[in-house]
Order: sequence, then C-alpha cells, then structure tokens
Amino acid sequence: MSSQIDRIEGSGIPLRGDNIDTDRIIPARFLKAITFDGLGDHVFEDDRAALADHPFSNPAYRQAKVLLANENFGSGSSREHAPQALKRWGIEACVGESFSEIFRGNSLAIGLACVTVSREAVEQLMSLVEAIPDTPFSLSLQDRSLSADDLRVEVGVDNSARDALLNGTWDATGMLLDDFDVVRGVAERVPYIRGF
Amino acid sequence: MGRTLLQKVWDLHTVRKLPTGQTQLFIGLHLIHEVTTPQAFDMLRARGIGVAFPGRTFATTDHIIPTLDQSRPFEDQLAETMLAALEKNCAEYSIPFWNLDSDRQGIVHVIGPELGLTQPGMTIACGDSHTSTHGALGAVAFGIGTSQVRDVLASQSLAFDPLKVRRITVDGQLASGVFAKDVILEIIARLGVKGGVGHAYEYGGSAIEAMGIDERLTICNMSIEGGARVGYVNPDQTTFDYLRGRPFAPQGEAFDRAVSWWGSTASDPDAAYDDVVEIPASEIEPRVTWGINPGQSVGVSDTIPATGAGVDEALAFMGLSGGAPIQGTKIDVAFVGSCTNSRLSDLREAARIARGQRVASHVNALVVPGSQAVRAAAEQEGLDQVFRDAGFEWRGAGCSMCLAMNPDRLEGEQVCASSSNRNFKGRQGSPTGRTLLMSPAMVAAAALAGEVVDVRTVMSHV
Repeated sequence: MSSQIDRIEGSGIPLRGDNIDTDRIIPARFLKAITFDGLGDHVFEDDRAALADHPFSNPAYRQAKVLLANENFGSGSSREHAPQALKRWGIEACVGESFSEIFRGNSLAIGLACVTVSREAVEQLMSLVEAIPDTPFSLSLQDRSLSADDLRVEVGVDNSARDALLNGTWDATGMLLDDFDVVRGVAERVPYIRGF
Repeated sequence: MGRTLLQKVWDLHTVRKLPTGQTQLFIGLHLIHEVTTPQAFDMLRARGIGVAFPGRTFATTDHIIPTLDQSRPFEDQLAETMLAALEKNCAEYSIPFWNLDSDRQGIVHVIGPELGLTQPGMTIACGDSHTSTHGALGAVAFGIGTSQVRDVLASQSLAFDPLKVRRITVDGQLASGVFAKDVILEIIARLGVKGGVGHAYEYGGSAIEAMGIDERLTICNMSIEGGARVGYVNPDQTTFDYLRGRPFAPQGEAFDRAVSWWGSTASDPDAAYDDVVEIPASEIEPRVTWGINPGQSVGVSDTIPATGAGVDEALAFMGLSGGAPIQGTKIDVAFVGSCTNSRLSDLREAARIARGQRVASHVNALVVPGSQAVRAAAEQEGLDQVFRDAGFEWRGAGCSMCLAMNPDRLEGEQVCASSSNRNFKGRQGSPTGRTLLMSPAMVAAAALAGEVVDVRTVMSHV
C-alpha cells in the first residue's frame, strides 16, 4: 500500500496563466530517457528561459510545496513526466481553478494531490504569496480546506481521489489485482476475446 | 431509455466497483511505444509482478524514430537507449512488437486501425493522449500515463470515474476544400480547450456519417485538444467495410457475427445525452490556428483576434498582429504528418494540391507517412514522386516534427504550417518555434505559396 496523504503543509508558488500545457511543464526533449530521474531540474525549462522572473526561477519560492494555478492546468500530452517533474522539484499539491483530466489522473497515480478552488480564491492566494512568499499553507484533504495566513478556503476534490489519498490506495496496482479472478471473468465474457 | 455506446462498453467491461467509488474497467487492447513505457516495466520488475495478458498488449516504435537515417545504433544515443529498452521489455514479457524492420511499424494510432486491432465495442488504452483516435471505429479509448501503463500491464484494467457524454452533431455537407481537420478545429474553437473535461465526445450527424474512417480518425484524434479524453463515432457500414480483411479483424463467418455484435454497440436512437451541441456543416470553412493552443483558430478568410483571454500572450509568442488577416502569414516550414493527418487519404489530398507545382524557395517542406503501410501504399500510387517533384522531402514513418523527439524540428522562430495537433509553445522542437495548425491540403497550399493561403482558391485551378 502506498502512503496515506491528508495534510500538506508548506509555502506556495504562484503560476499565473490559463491552459498551461504539459509541453511547457516539461518539454518533450526531456522525455528522452528511460527513468524519471532528474526531471525536477528541467521543470518549465523553456518558460524559465523566456521569462527572467519566472516563479520557478525565483529563490523565494524554491521551498514551495503548493503550486497555485489557473484554468485547465496540465492540458495536452499524457506524459506523466509532467507531474513527475513537479513532484521531483518539490511540489506536493496543486491548487488550481481546473485541471486537465489526464494530468489529474497521472498526478493522483503518484500521490500528488490536485484540488480546485474558485478563481477569486486563486487570485487571493496568488496575491498573498506574491506579497509574502513564505506564507505557510496548510491543505487538509480530510477537511477539504486550505488555509494560508488568516485566509481559509474550501477546496474541491473528487471523492474517489480524496479517498485514494487518505487511504493510501493512490498507487492502484494492488487494488486492481485484489480480485483478479473477476478480471479474468470479464476477459472470458467479452465477445472479441471469447471469439466471434 | 436507450443507452449510449459509452454506457454499453463501460458496462460490458466493468470488473467491479472499487472501494474508492471508481469503476475498475477491463482494458481490451493495450498499445505501447518507447516513450511512456520503460519506467512502467521497471516498476513491474521492482515489484516482482508479471504482465497479466501479454497477448492483449502490442508494441511499436514511433516517437523517437529518425525519418531519414534509421541505421542502428541511432546517432542520438538517448533515442537508441529508449528503443533498446522497448526491445528488451517486449522480449522479456512476450509482447508482440513491430520494430523498424517490420512493415507493420508506424505511429501507434495509425497502425491500430490499419491492422484491424482497433474494433468497435473495445476498451483501449495507450500511454499517449491521442489514444482518443481509436474511437473513430466505435471503441472507447483512453490516453494514460506511465503508472497507468504499469497497471494495465499488471492487471489489464484501470480505475476510472464515470464520464458524461456530449453528442456533437455536424449535419449537412462540407464545402469543397473543407476537411475533417477543419471540423474538429471548429468544434474546439466553439467549445473551448477545456470544454470536454469530464466528457466523452460522441460525434454524429450526416457530415460525420458521410466521412470515411481516415477522416473520423482525424476528428476523434483531437478530442483531447478539446479537453475530452474520449471521443467516438458510432460504428456503421463504413466501419465494417473498413475492417473487413484487415489482419486482426475476424475472418469468414466470424466476421459476419462480429458485425452483428459491433452494430449492437452503437448508441440507441433514444439514448440520453448529458449535453447536445449542433454545428451546421455549412458554417465551417478551412481553419488555421493563430495562437498557442488548438482552440485559438480562425476561418482562413477571417482576421486574427485582437482582444480576448490569453490573446496578448499568444500573439506576442507567435509574432502575429491582432486584426491582421491570417492569410498571407509567411511560413518557413511545412509539415504533413502526425497521428492526426498522416494517412493515405491525407497524403492524397496534399498531393492533389502539390502535383505539378513547386514549393516556395524559402520553405522546407516534408511529408512523413504515418506508417510503413501508408508509405508503401502512397508509393504504389506514385504520391512520393508527386511530392518529390514538387520539392517536398519524402520521409520514413513516425511522429517526427509533431513533437520533435527525433531529429526533425524547427529552428529559432521558424513558422510551421503543420497538419499535426498541437500548437503549444515549443511543441515542434524549438522553444521559440511557431506552429500554425491546418489540414494537409492547406499545408500543401501554404508550402507552395510560402504563406497561408485559402486552399479553395488553389483547388479551383487543379
């Protein structure tokens, strides 16, 4: 069983912009490898080169654990390398207005929580960490809440993802193999496997 | 109340309800390639778990394949290491693998349908977001990440939350010069790049029903660009005719029995949808993207937007001016290829424009067939010669410049007219490179003119 994840505590990092795709999180040339090692060093590499004051280049945010994002974060490619790069950089939770479906699934599969908050709340949280980068954040999946300084906001999280993180079943392999006879049973009843 | 194809396929493949509330879904077909799998096999090894159904996984190599010099070892050592890892993993776990020396090698989303592996009523998974492509044959196909590849290898199943179904109807006749690519770019422009999150897109209506399978593959391919992980077209006679005689399709009387079952997987006439969107075919013209996501496109006779969310950032990156016509935008590179538009019918449409013409002197143009079978079929028809005579390069099969994990890539701030699926910043290999997405015919027309032109005006001369 994978580890149980409830509370994530640490500072935040603001990443403004809608539709930040996985090609930007980790450009394709860094996928040329047979392990995920070292991906954290290349997170947002091209965006950082293009923008001198990119948050991921700012030493004030180097210890951050909570990524603040806008709409449709992680759209595009199914590369798990994207959440892997964020996690290996130090991110433990993504708080955004919305996430792409595949990114959210890939994040859950490696124990990286993705939770949603309103646009207003994201704006407040971003402004807060832009003013005071080491503001302590505390995200509770159990309580579905995020507090930062004297701000407390409700967060949205799928029941299934919350359950998997709280109970340590986000690494799904064990659970999927729990009742393997039933899997075999489905294989036997599906016409294209059984034979037409 | 009737059921949708998605509901029928979902119910048939349900293993059980998991403690998390998700559904454990059996995966009928698993396709793998060299980029998203090496870590998955290593995780299996580390856990001492085998592959549950090695005969239900098929492998090929596509992303990192050079399209010019394919001699081994590759010049790019990282690419060589990745292909060697896939060779080792497939051998160790007895997974069928079509390597470079096989005439079945090609882009995973091109060879699946081509070989008849992809069939109606199946669940399909692959470590690639464009797995939605396979829905064109009435399959429910999911793009997944590497940990999920591990889970499919280990258990032939995955955990999913339920999906809503949005029916997108395109009725009427598409005008000459308007292709499947234009239809899907229009759909994404209208519904947005996150409009499909949480949904499967069911495409229907007379314009979709009139399409061949290649065109339906193009539509379903880009579902994910609209946020929908799954997209499909209900199987019909066109689907069955396409599958007949393909290597992995049932043969003889079994084929007829298969057709009867395949037909039963289509959505019922009285199926309930969570949402219905109707787009008249007559409103669609050839489209071109001007921005940095696939939702940012305009009709070729339109001007580039000057205001709106994200417009400033996109225009600054693209070096374009709001309010200017998209026609006349100068290009440096033209790319016909990718899992979206590299099939025989795509190459025919591009060749029809290129025949007897010359690529503009400042443009590098290349045609990359989606598979070795497509390449051979195109050569049989002499399309390679048409392209070569016009000044296009004719390459080997692979993903190539769609994402530039091989040597084919943009340099500096080059602008590329591309038949691929993503215009993200840096997508085609140069961090500052710029992509204009359009149909293969539009790419060919742009290659000849050296700038974005309306293929309809070119077509009136051919």
